[in-house]
Amino acid sequence: MKTKESDTKTYLGMPLYRPKVGFFEFSSCEGCQLQIVNNESTLLDFLSLVEVVSFREAMTEKSDDYEIAFIEGSITRDDEVKRLKRIRKNAKILVALGSCACFGGVNQLKNRFKNLNWVKKEVYGRHPVDTEPVRAVEDVVKVDLKIYGCPVKKEEVEKSVLHIALGKSIEIPKYPVCMECKANENICLFDLGELCLGPVTRAGCNSWCPNSRAGCWGCRGPADDANVEYMKKIMKEKGFSEEAILERLECFGGFADFLKRKK
Amino acid sequence: MKKTINVNVKHLTRVEGHGNIHIKIRNGKLQEAQWEVIETPRFFEAMLVGRNWDNAPLITGRICGICSIGHTLASIRAVENAFKIVPDEQTRKLRLLLKHMETLQSHSLHLCFLALPDFMNAGSVFPLIKSHKDVVMHAAKIKGLANDVCDCIGGRRLHPTRTVVGGFTKLPTKEELSAFSERLKALIKDLMTVAGLFSGFKTPDFVRETEFVSLKGKDGYPFIGGDVVSSDGVLMKERDYKKVTNEYIVPQSTAKWCRLSRKSFAVGALARVNNNFEFLHPAAKDIARRFDLIPVNHNPFMNNVAQLVECVHVVMDSIRLIDELLDSKFTDPRQEVKPVKGVGVGAVEVPRGILYHCYEFDDKGKIVKSDCVIPTGQNHANIQHDLEALAEEYAVRGKEDGEIELLASMLVRAYDPCISCSVH
Repeated sequence: MKTKESDTKTYLGMPLYRPKVGFFEFSSCEGCQLQIVNNESTLLDFLSLVEVVSFREAMTEKSDDYEIAFIEGSITRDDEVKRLKRIRKNAKILVALGSCACFGGVNQLKNRFKNLNWVKKEVYGRHPVDTEPVRAVEDVVKVDLKIYGCPVKKEEVEKSVLHIALGKSIEIPKYPVCMECKANENICLFDLGELCLGPVTRAGCNSWCPNSRAGCWGCRGPADDANVEYMKKIMKEKGFSEEAILERLECFGGFADFLKRKK
Repeated sequence: MKKTINVNVKHLTRVEGHGNIHIKIRNGKLQEAQWEVIETPRFFEAMLVGRNWDNAPLITGRICGICSIGHTLASIRAVENAFKIVPDEQTRKLRLLLKHMETLQSHSLHLCFLALPDFMNAGSVFPLIKSHKDVVMHAAKIKGLANDVCDCIGGRRLHPTRTVVGGFTKLPTKEELSAFSERLKALIKDLMTVAGLFSGFKTPDFVRETEFVSLKGKDGYPFIGGDVVSSDGVLMKERDYKKVTNEYIVPQSTAKWCRLSRKSFAVGALARVNNNFEFLHPAAKDIARRFDLIPVNHNPFMNNVAQLVECVHVVMDSIRLIDELLDSKFTDPRQEVKPVKGVGVGAVEVPRGILYHCYEFDDKGKIVKSDCVIPTGQNHANIQHDLEALAEEYAVRGKEDGEIELLASMLVRAYDPCISCSVH
């Protein structure tokens, strides 16, 4: 999409900077990219803020001339490493979009098997297949901004892009999902007999799952100063098995450091 | 006649996931036509091993961002079948309504945002926002409403939160459902506008006979569970899905391929319409007839039309479902779940065709083994054989490289492939 004079937006009377952006997917479900086009009511406004120059899932044209690169997915193969490094060179700002890019997401669950050959054999039998342990984007290249969630919250992506366009800083909540859940006046899931990682998971999703009476699985990773050990103690008192708690903590990869610390 | 043709499409655009097309014609003879899938595997079947049953729908839903609702529902059905849980009528209706809206969301995304630019000489929908704003607004409205209903029933438009083994964690209110019914009734006009636009497009002239596989309609057009049927006369139980899919591995693809009675078969909207035409809503049948989509149709490009037909069907059927739900008294949305040792299979017609999930559980409800067979995986071999026939036929007709590249890309897009899903 070309920028025309008539399209130029202003902010406080000054012409608004319209960054060129590219979307790139690696090992993922491509759902975070889909979230970008999934908010039909604000899509056109969002598209007027940026100039999309590369978005393979939606467009045939492509260009290496972009300032912001959104990276979806985790890194699981050598060709992905090369591609990611090339994108890093082209981009001024590299954004890890979603839990797979931020911490490996559900994909990193395969890393819990020590024998990668068993993993390959379980799916492909004796047929050779190329794969490596799953890595987050920042384990391969420098990441400037992380947008958490599985999936990402569209509003958070839009706000981040808006702030980049305006030159404003981007604040990500330091507090846990519990705070948002309380503000939403939900019945506490523990009182409904459900397991929930809301007390330790980073907010910003507006307690998406608890609003549906579904416990949090920690897809946004730990809040600042998350007290995971204390939460585990309380959960055990509530009658949840250690195993069920660990399954949640390891599900999206965000709590990997806490699980390591324990071992 | 043109003698030499080279087509190399690396990372085909406007499809989900990564696939390449290579066509080589020398001296007017087809030397190579290849549909190559290079997507990185994520190993979902291995990931699940050793984990508790409640992980299955949540994790396997992440196989696909476009059809996450379909994956979640197939997964839930597989667990429920293993644990011998029978969902009540309210849950079945709500799940079908949710499924319908995913179908509408996915089909409208494919038709109006991914396939449409090919028919309008555009590289993407973005320039069409300016040149054909009305069309894009109709499409956005259709997709938007479908997504809004998914938010309401499933808790979220992708990776749903309310859908669990045993039912739902939370119900929509009747006021919400009633408002959606009104919006769905008004949507028929938008659908007709889109249909009018597509009726002006020329469907590429290409026919290759194949076998169509889908669920078999019994009380209605099939979406969730039931027997599996093929246009070559195969009839199987859901639990015997492996006898239908017969997965095998080929060097050109990280996704497995499938075959049944012939060297390949097709699943998806066209297969469903071909096998279950009689169960379509009369308004959907009208659209099918208007586009000359009469079973059994063997032109793969007609899958676009079949999707349009299904859009009309799911909207009409959703209006009926909401009426019935509004007339009923809502009951507790969630049944208790008790793990049972054994195997369960769930088959669901997702936008791109029939999807199977299968899990084996131990007596504590831990997953011992899992298997997911994805619609696009079932279509890959059919795409390959179509591509060969198309390249050969159009080379003989003396088409240029660019024309063949566009046609080949349109052919693959017509299947609306979900490539990363097929590799998973």
